[in-house]
Amino acid sequence: MTSLSNTLRTETPLAAGNVTELIDGDVHNVIPDTHALFPYLSDHWREHITNTLFKGVPETSYPRWAPTTERPGSELPNWRQAGSDLSVVTRDVLDADGLSYAVLCCTYAIDSLHNPDAAIAMARAVNDWQISEWLDKDERLRATIVVPTQLPAEAAREIDRVGDHPGFVQVGMPVRSAVPYGSRLHAPLWEAISRKRLVGAIHFGGAPGTPPTPSGWPSYYLEEHVGMAQVFQTQVVSLVTEGIFDLHPDLRVVLLEAGVTWMGPFLWRFDKEWRNLRRLVPWVKRAPSAYVRDHIRLTIQPVDAPPSDIQLRQAIEQIGSDEMLVYSSDYPHRHASEPSRLLSVVTEAHAARIRSANARALWKLT
Amino acid sequence: MDLDGHSVGVFHVEGEYYALLNWCPHQGARLCEGRLWSGLESDVPGDYATRTDRAVIACIYHGWEFDLRTGRSVCEPERLRVRAYEVTVEPDHTSDQDGVTLGRPSRTNATARTFPVTVEHGNIVVDLRRTPVSGTVPNGPRNLSEGEIHHTHIPSEGSLQPGGTR
Repeated sequence: MTSLSNTLRTETPLAAGNVTELIDGDVHNVIPDTHALFPYLSDHWREHITNTLFKGVPETSYPRWAPTTERPGSELPNWRQAGSDLSVVTRDVLDADGLSYAVLCCTYAIDSLHNPDAAIAMARAVNDWQISEWLDKDERLRATIVVPTQLPAEAAREIDRVGDHPGFVQVGMPVRSAVPYGSRLHAPLWEAISRKRLVGAIHFGGAPGTPPTPSGWPSYYLEEHVGMAQVFQTQVVSLVTEGIFDLHPDLRVVLLEAGVTWMGPFLWRFDKEWRNLRRLVPWVKRAPSAYVRDHIRLTIQPVDAPPSDIQLRQAIEQIGSDEMLVYSSDYPHRHASEPSRLLSVVTEAHAARIRSANARALWKLT
Repeated sequence: MDLDGHSVGVFHVEGEYYALLNWCPHQGARLCEGRLWSGLESDVPGDYATRTDRAVIACIYHGWEFDLRTGRSVCEPERLRVRAYEVTVEPDHTSDQDGVTLGRPSRTNATARTFPVTVEHGNIVVDLRRTPVSGTVPNGPRNLSEGEIHHTHIPSEGSLQPGGTR
């Protein structure tokens, strides 16, 4: 694998000098197989898994052999999943990129489990596995609490159980949900996130049982993959419109793998429609773009970049804030874009924010 | 009503008079044709506090709301406003009717005209026949034909129900 930090040093003057700190806001730690969770499951669930041949959650958001799932160099021998070996992640991400922190995002699809007790048990096991096998082993790591988002009260209970662990900095929520996250059905989830001063981390994918597009079921993974940006937009509209940030003024939400350049035009539309329809939601007292700039953050991989650097710079400027973007590699996922290009078109001060300052502020890293 | 060539809407809501230029600063729609609403405030989702003392007119084109007191847009008060006129109700000494005086609040040497008003069949009737009873008239009184009475399109008491006013 090509080291990102080497790429940066050759392509951007920024990396020279003393503004080189890099924090990676989206690295995926993957459960190698269900048996890895056995030490963290009760006798009942170990027996259940063994005797029913339950293989764990499906991989529909990240099909194993899709070119976007595993980047060259991240593959592991013996068919083990990329991102499941701490030593490889340490070598290829933490050390290679000279990171001061990496924020792990485990996307284990708890939301796909219809058995509520299985969902609760598996989420607890995943979080205990993360503490023992990742957080306890490298102090540069931070992690994402995995919860059964389809059961908001149970999700809140799990957040309360592990939320005080200093390694956990956010709560993961797949962007695909059965009901948008601003809905009052999810109130216990946001209350728990806010209570524990954590970040809401909405990430690519999800398996809630509903179609991945508002128009129904598409035929090909490409359709789902491209359409995911619209699902992110739906969640942002929901959070602002339903007053989540009015209820929780200190709350921050980060969108992981959402893309970046759609944000500016999306905010224009959101603001415009708010002027026409704001009487429906009078608690939304400021323009939606003001809420978004205060409360929403985006990781920069993938960068859905236009062809020319001038256009890319304009697209970033259209977002209207230099506090929203957070550097990420999205390891081990692969995209046809390089985050270094985005860093090279913005001002040095903005690039420094993206590389580390925005991440430090978001996750309160000191 | 027509005030020196400008169309001005006069509103009578909960006993108070307000006047706005009848021209939305967005795309020039006639504001008076929009709906009259209470001011609506909220701190948390599900809370709806109506303020009849902060009534707004919502433009018929896009629903943009303007505060009747100040003319300022509810959504962008610093950037967007429609001209608001001061309205005072003064006794008309030439008759036993009251008069409505319109002025421009932002100027020290305000121009103002007073028009006699009556309430007929639920409409405010502004009588433009007589010479204004008070105030300074910069361009002279409008020359109106005898007997011309302008019925303004406003109810005597602003209704905050949908369709209550035009």
